[in-house]
Amino acid sequence: MEKKAETEKAVWQPKIIAFVCNWCTYAGADLAGTSRLKYDAHIRVLRLPCTGRIDPLFILKAFERGADGVLVSGCHPGDCHYNTGNYHARRRWTLFRELLEFVGIDLQRLQFAWVSAAEGAKWAEVVNAMVAHVRELGPFEGYHTMLARSGQTLWLAKAGANGGNGSGHDVPGTQPVERSKEKQETE
Amino acid sequence: MARIGVFVCHCGENIGRTVDCAAVAAAAAKFAGVAHAADYRYMCSDPGQNMIRQAIKEKRLTGVVVAACSPRMHEPTFRRATAESGVNPFLCEMANIREHCSWVHEDRGEATRKAIDLVRVIVEKVKRNQPLLPIRVPVTRRALVIGGGIAGMQAALDIANGGHEVILVEKEPSIGGHMAQLSETFPTLDCSQCILTPRMVEVAQHPRIKLYAYSEVDSVKGFIGNFEVSIRRKATSVNDALCTGCGACQAACPMGKIPSEFNRGLGTRKAIYSPFPQAVPNKPVLDQANCMRYRAAAKKGVPAAQSTVCGKCQQACPIQPQKAVDFSLCQDTFVTEKVGAIVVASGFDLMPMSQFGEYGYGKYADMIDGLQFERLASASGPTQGAIKRPSDGKEPKEVVFIQCAGSRDNAKGCPYCSKICCMYTAKHTMLYKHKVHDGKAYVFYMDVRAAGKNYDEFWRRAVEEDGAVYLRGRVSRIYKRGGKLVVKGVDTLSGELMEIQADMVVLATAAVAQPGAEQLAQRLNTAYDMYKFFSEAHPKLRPVETNTAGVFLAGACQAPKDIPDAVAQASAAASKVQGLFSSQELERDPTIAHVNEATCAACWYCVDVCPYGAIQKKEIKDKQGRLIKLVAEVNEGVCQGCGLCAATCRSKSVELDGFKDEQVYAEIVAL
Repeated sequence: MEKKAETEKAVWQPKIIAFVCNWCTYAGADLAGTSRLKYDAHIRVLRLPCTGRIDPLFILKAFERGADGVLVSGCHPGDCHYNTGNYHARRRWTLFRELLEFVGIDLQRLQFAWVSAAEGAKWAEVVNAMVAHVRELGPFEGYHTMLARSGQTLWLAKAGANGGNGSGHDVPGTQPVERSKEKQETE
Repeated sequence: MARIGVFVCHCGENIGRTVDCAAVAAAAAKFAGVAHAADYRYMCSDPGQNMIRQAIKEKRLTGVVVAACSPRMHEPTFRRATAESGVNPFLCEMANIREHCSWVHEDRGEATRKAIDLVRVIVEKVKRNQPLLPIRVPVTRRALVIGGGIAGMQAALDIANGGHEVILVEKEPSIGGHMAQLSETFPTLDCSQCILTPRMVEVAQHPRIKLYAYSEVDSVKGFIGNFEVSIRRKATSVNDALCTGCGACQAACPMGKIPSEFNRGLGTRKAIYSPFPQAVPNKPVLDQANCMRYRAAAKKGVPAAQSTVCGKCQQACPIQPQKAVDFSLCQDTFVTEKVGAIVVASGFDLMPMSQFGEYGYGKYADMIDGLQFERLASASGPTQGAIKRPSDGKEPKEVVFIQCAGSRDNAKGCPYCSKICCMYTAKHTMLYKHKVHDGKAYVFYMDVRAAGKNYDEFWRRAVEEDGAVYLRGRVSRIYKRGGKLVVKGVDTLSGELMEIQADMVVLATAAVAQPGAEQLAQRLNTAYDMYKFFSEAHPKLRPVETNTAGVFLAGACQAPKDIPDAVAQASAAASKVQGLFSSQELERDPTIAHVNEATCAACWYCVDVCPYGAIQKKEIKDKQGRLIKLVAEVNEGVCQGCGLCAATCRSKSVELDGFKDEQVYAEIVAL
């Protein structure tokens, strides 16, 4: 199997990470499954309770770890299981996209879709469109080029195949801030 | 050091056909922290679950990953099996390699690679999961029912008969709802009030039902088992404790020209009134906007109690020495009730006739809606049951009924079927023919939808026995010629243009949500659909629950429905409430947010975003009791675990169980 994987590596395949909410899109993706709808396999779904749980840094992290595209999907406006989570997500998202555009990330690699628990077919369409689009755009090197330009290196240099050291708190910037805060408290 | 067990399920052929399960298990065995990996044909079967139990004991596993179907299917199954072997159930998670992988992909290599990735993600998550203990919260075993129509009454009676106290809130002066307005009911043509009024009395006299009529839910705080509801009791200017409901005040009131809401504008009422003779509670209310004394007092800027204008109702009141009509009772009051469950039965309304300008609404008095026809046909109505047209009181000899007025019409913003109109229009034609023997009833329809016990037979009876003329087609125009309303339409079955000289036109207007439904849903934190009907938790399997735990639905507030359906749903909601009330405490999902008090900077962004108001401010004091600082604190009974606070927190001081930053990052890194 590994051999096969290596030979396929020559033919580049996109890596797309999807952050979905538990109540609408995850269930919609389940429905696509029970309906046996076929879609492109190059998508990896991470389940969160709500799109409102998505910290923009998750998306940056995904790009840092070599994702070629990120898909975010949750309940339609008005349908949020937590009443307003998706509205907060939408606001955060709008702002975050502008920031990303400002720093020069191609926004086409970042897609957002409302997919309800009843929209299995829509989920399949969204994934297929996303994968096809990213495949057209080619591999994403932007994050690494940007880091190189600013003279920084990756916080987590070693990219272990089995998921790194899993320390988790390896987002640039978060740890020092926390530490200084803790210091203040103890003082 | 984590010792995770990975169990890969073939699900018969469902997974095994596309995913190489043995290869997934072999790959998983090499992941850091995985102590055991196996695959089996059916993990959810007894032998499959035994494999997990045994492996936990033999390999001293600290966590379990089951790669199988969606966690929405079998997570409880495997968590139970894990707990039975002494490992906290929240250390068991599922990787969804069926719905999200084997069923949606065809290439075996790609599917297998994806399955391995999905397992790796969940292994990384489980490594960082914390054992959680179920949260137990006490249950207040009292229920609130919102709406005193047939659904609300049924739910209230069922819960009360089950031994629990019920608070019933009705916004109108009397319970009974739309059913009290109906003349007869389909498909039996039995008198609506005859079957309804005994129920209304039963509700009023039930020792465990507390009825707040002429009241509305003002605010709702709290969560399942522990709601605190503030109820606005609208001012009635009548002392309920003294009033005997004799009706002397109504007779004395000189304001006789106010359109009666109960008769949908076809009759009149007084300023102090009881909506209909059988009203429950039988206490009048005073409508301040239409009362001479209140209006005069408001103009002068003095309280109505000090005014000397009119006051005939008070003079007529026979209660001595203190009159029951009391102008000092002019302010709304509020009561607070604690309840453990809420049944919403706020009902429906009809689409306003003002939406039908194309049919000449507003120009022609003889165009009425279905409920107005009910009032005309009702013995308690403005005509004592005689069918008389509103304009001149003549008996109409030709009546046109138009179905789907608004329903199934995108242009009216109402693409759905209102469900009840086909049947009630058939009923109307029969009621009409039974009273006007030489009359002619025409019905324009799109389809006749008569699914239900004895329903199809019923509308056929209207055609075959009572001679209603059904014309399949739409009406294009209605205009006046002479004393008649000319209805132009097409009969699509014969292909002919129809022109009917009608004396009266009845529109079966669409059933729409109550005007205040959206605000009520927002007060209750429940979801509603694009038409403002309340959303059920699952369209098939959880039809009377909402996604807000402890809030249930009954009747037409969820979607248009007829009386038997509304009653059945009300009883279902009542049984859900009684299930909830069957124990003193309830267990709830413990995946909630926690605040790191050491780093919390007290910016309160989390307080602002929390949809449940679950985050409070907590004081931290030193030994001398001096305030050191304020921090956020999560009320574990209220928190629903959405994680909005965690994503919003600037200092990363809020963490959500099961979805900690550390875990999500580990999952991303694992891909």
